[in-house]
Amino acid sequence: MHEMSLVAGVMRILEEQATSQDFRTVKAVFLEVGALSHADPEAMRFAFEAQKPGTIAADARLEIIESPGQAWCLECSDAVTISRRGDPCPRCGGYKLTVTAGDDLRVRELEVE
Amino acid sequence: MCTVCGCGQASVEGRDSTPAHHHHDHHDHDAAHADMHARGIPHSHDDGHIHYGAGVAGVSVPGLDQARIVKIEQDVLGHNDRLAAVNRARFAAEGIIALNLVSSPGSGKTTLLCETINMLSGRVPVAVVEGDQQTSFDADRIRETGAPAIQVNTGKGCHLDAAMVADATDRLQPGEGSVLFIENVGNLVCPAGFDLGEAAKVVILSVTEGEDKPLKYPDMFAAADLMILNKIDLLPHVRFDVDRCLELAHRVKPDLPVLQLSATTGQGMHKWLGWIDDRRDALLAARAAR
Repeated sequence: MHEMSLVAGVMRILEEQATSQDFRTVKAVFLEVGALSHADPEAMRFAFEAQKPGTIAADARLEIIESPGQAWCLECSDAVTISRRGDPCPRCGGYKLTVTAGDDLRVRELEVE
Repeated sequence: MCTVCGCGQASVEGRDSTPAHHHHDHHDHDAAHADMHARGIPHSHDDGHIHYGAGVAGVSVPGLDQARIVKIEQDVLGHNDRLAAVNRARFAAEGIIALNLVSSPGSGKTTLLCETINMLSGRVPVAVVEGDQQTSFDADRIRETGAPAIQVNTGKGCHLDAAMVADATDRLQPGEGSVLFIENVGNLVCPAGFDLGEAAKVVILSVTEGEDKPLKYPDMFAAADLMILNKIDLLPHVRFDVDRCLELAHRVKPDLPVLQLSATTGQGMHKWLGWIDDRRDALLAARAAR
């Protein structure tokens, strides 16, 4: 359940931003979770609900934006979409893939007051 | 989507689907109720639905909405990554090669480490960071080899992070030219995303585990720089298809180098030591060239 640590990272970002951007309350957190990232969206939700009481995000909701996995197929010499690591190229069925995107885990924006 | 409260019209499979937009009485909400909408607090309507709709509606409700959107674009792991970068710079400056060893519990990591230390003994200085939820059993085993070791107990934590490694390194003070082995918590999931500042992540799998683990736990194998297949002396006694295991590992990471060895019998250990030596020589040469 490393998502607890990841959400602790989200909370740290919120506290830092509250100081630098001058807000007191977070109403919503827009979090991008890539399909190939190290986080499970449901576990992130669970950890967020567990950690938010008593913080500036006590009443905030977590909006998860799921982004697709992208890879470069060496056989096809083209960009393809994959849903998991270890999946074959959807075109040629091969596995000579290099992940190029969709492994992000980032706070994109906040709705604040 | 409702343009005032932002609620969607999601349904749960198997539930009775009633009118398309269930909170038709929307604009008669009192202030407290509207506030619940604005804040996204789940609450019940007269129609018996629990209502999760809320949010960035794109429309401002006078007197209720002082919200603003702040674009920040920050990596959740950014803080750990910055600390890892500090560790990495320190290791490079001090000529320390740090190896992050990851595996399931029971893959033989500690035995591999003890044997490796014995074989490096007298030739290469070694220090060890041992990560476990609790006990200092592993650090005790390492200390018996004569190498300095620090046990990091993560408590309820499931992985080491860069700050823990920084603290442990401060205490260990590995000398120039040292190999710093970081034995991560036995876990093939959680440690994958946490950079410690290591020169390489080494994933260890043993033939007493499932040959399909690379595909079951792809994040770790994708993050690894080297895979060690351990306990190969037991191959005659277990059902483990080495070729299939390697094929699955290479599906996840096509160029992942693999070393097959047995820490118990010593078979294949020289290749592992050669790999460490090559890495260490390259690091020290790069440092000397600066």
